Amino acid sequence: MRIPCPHCSLRDSAEFTVLGAADPQRPAPDAPPEAWNVYVHLRDNAAGLHAELWHHSHGCRQWLRVTRDTRSHAVLDAKACRP
Amino acid sequence: MTYSALALLRHAFTGNKAWTPVWRFPDPKPCYDTIIVGGGGHGLATAHYLAKEHGITDVAVVEKGYLGSGNVGRNTTIIRSNYLLPGNTHFYEHSLTLWEGLERDINYNAMVSQRGVLNLCHSDSQRDAYARRGNAMRLAGVDSDLLSAAEVRAMVPGLNMDSVRFPVKGGLLQRRGGTVRHDAVAWGYARAADQRGVDLLQNTEVIGIRVEHGRVLGVETTRGFIGAKRVGLAAAGNSSRVAAMAGLRLPIESHVLQAFVSEAVKPMIDTVVTYGAGHFYVSQSDKGGLVFGGDIDGYNSYAQRGNMPVVQDVMEFAVQLFPAMSRLRYLRQWGGIMDMSMDGSPIIDRTPIEGLFLNCGWCYGGFKATPASGWCFAHIIATGQPHALAAAMRLDRFATGALLDEKGAGAQANLH
Repeated sequence: MRIPCPHCSLRDSAEFTVLGAADPQRPAPDAPPEAWNVYVHLRDNAAGLHAELWHHSHGCRQWLRVTRDTRSHAVLDAKACRP
Repeated sequence: MTYSALALLRHAFTGNKAWTPVWRFPDPKPCYDTIIVGGGGHGLATAHYLAKEHGITDVAVVEKGYLGSGNVGRNTTIIRSNYLLPGNTHFYEHSLTLWEGLERDINYNAMVSQRGVLNLCHSDSQRDAYARRGNAMRLAGVDSDLLSAAEVRAMVPGLNMDSVRFPVKGGLLQRRGGTVRHDAVAWGYARAADQRGVDLLQNTEVIGIRVEHGRVLGVETTRGFIGAKRVGLAAAGNSSRVAAMAGLRLPIESHVLQAFVSEAVKPMIDTVVTYGAGHFYVSQSDKGGLVFGGDIDGYNSYAQRGNMPVVQDVMEFAVQLFPAMSRLRYLRQWGGIMDMSMDGSPIIDRTPIEGLFLNCGWCYGGFKATPASGWCFAHIIATGQPHALAAAMRLDRFATGALLDEKGAGAQANLH
C-alpha cells in the first residue's frame, strides 16, 4: 500500500502512522457525556470508502486526510490537513 | 453417528465408503425461535449450547459463506486464560475448562493439546508485570508459573536467550494453555448442533434485519425473509455492517490480522512461545509447520489480506527469537478481519432492540474464547439476562465508563 503524500509524492505506507477515522468531530468542552461517548467510541466502520487520518511520521511529519477503500486497500486520495 | 475407535475400524473394513454427511443441508423454515447470524466458531458454539444447555432447538445459524470460513479457520489456534482483569479472567478460565471437556461434549476430535503457553519477559519491569498477572491468575484459581531464565532455557531449546538488546529474563507459563485444531472446532460444534436439530443455513447472507416498534421480527436473507423471535449477531469482522442493518452504531473498527505458516520441519517447538519485546507468537502444528503471527496491520480493513510492513515485522521478530527460523521458508500467509473494540474487550449483551442480541468485539483473541462465548451468548439469548461470567462485557460500558481495558491502551482500537 502506497500513499500519495501531497508534500513528498507517492510513498510506502510503512513511512506513515494511521490514527483512524477522520470524520469524528470533537464536541464542545461542555457537551453532554453522550456526545463524548459518540466521539470517542462509536464508529461507522465503513466497508468501502473510508476517510482517515494518517501522519507521515517518517517523512514530512504532516497530517493527511486519506480516502481509502477498506475492501481493496486502494488509496484514492490524500490531502494535507493543513494547507 | 457417534465417532469411536470401533467405528473407525468398522469403516476401515468397508473401505471407508459408508461415511455419511456430517450435517444436513436444510432449506430455511419460514420462522425460527432463534436465529444466529454468523456460522463461525462463536455462532456455532452458541447454537450448540442453546440446544444442549437451554433446550432451545428451533434454531437456525445463517452463514453467508460456508461454515467456519472466517476467523475460526484463520487464527493461530492458541488457547489460554492468562488474563489480569477479574472481568476477563473468570470468563477465559471457564473457556479453558470447556476446551478441556470439549471433545467428550461434542464427540469430535478437536486435537486439544495443552502444551503450555509461555510469555517471555526481557526486563525486570516486565518480569514484575508478569509476576503481578501470574498472581492475579492464581488468586482467580488459574494455573500460572513464573519461570527463571534457566528454566526457560531448559524448556525451549533454540531460543535466542542472550540477545544483547532483548535477553530473555524469564517467562510466565500457563501449562494448561495450548493449541486446538481450529477447523475441527467449527465442524465439531456444527455437527453437535445439527444433531440436536439446529438448521445450518450456508450460502445464506443476511442483507437486512426487520425491526418493528423496537422489536426484531427476523432477518432478510439472500434466500428470502426468515422470521425469528430472537436474533443473535455473531458476525466478527462484519459486526458493524450487520448491526447497521438494525440501525446500531458500534464501538468497533474492523482490522486485518495476518498469520503465517512455515514449511514443515521435525519437532522444534513443543509449546506456544510469545515474544515480550515485540508482538510475536509461535507454535508448531502436528504437520510440522511453524504457525506464527504478530500485530494487526493497523488500518481499517475488510480485505482479508494484509500488507508487507507487518510481514517484515513478524519475520524480524521470528528470527530475533528463534535464529534457526532464518533457514525456513514460509509456506502461506493470510489475513482475517478482526472486530477491534474500543477497549480491547468483547461485548456479549442485549441491544436497545428487543430480541436482538450482540456478540462482537473479540479483537484478535476470539478463538480461545469460542466455548465460553457460545456458553454466555446462549445464556443471555435464552434467559434475557447476562451470564455472571460475562457481566462486565456489556455494550453500555463505553457510555458509563466501566471499561474493560486489559492493556490500558485507551479508546484507540488499533492499539489493543
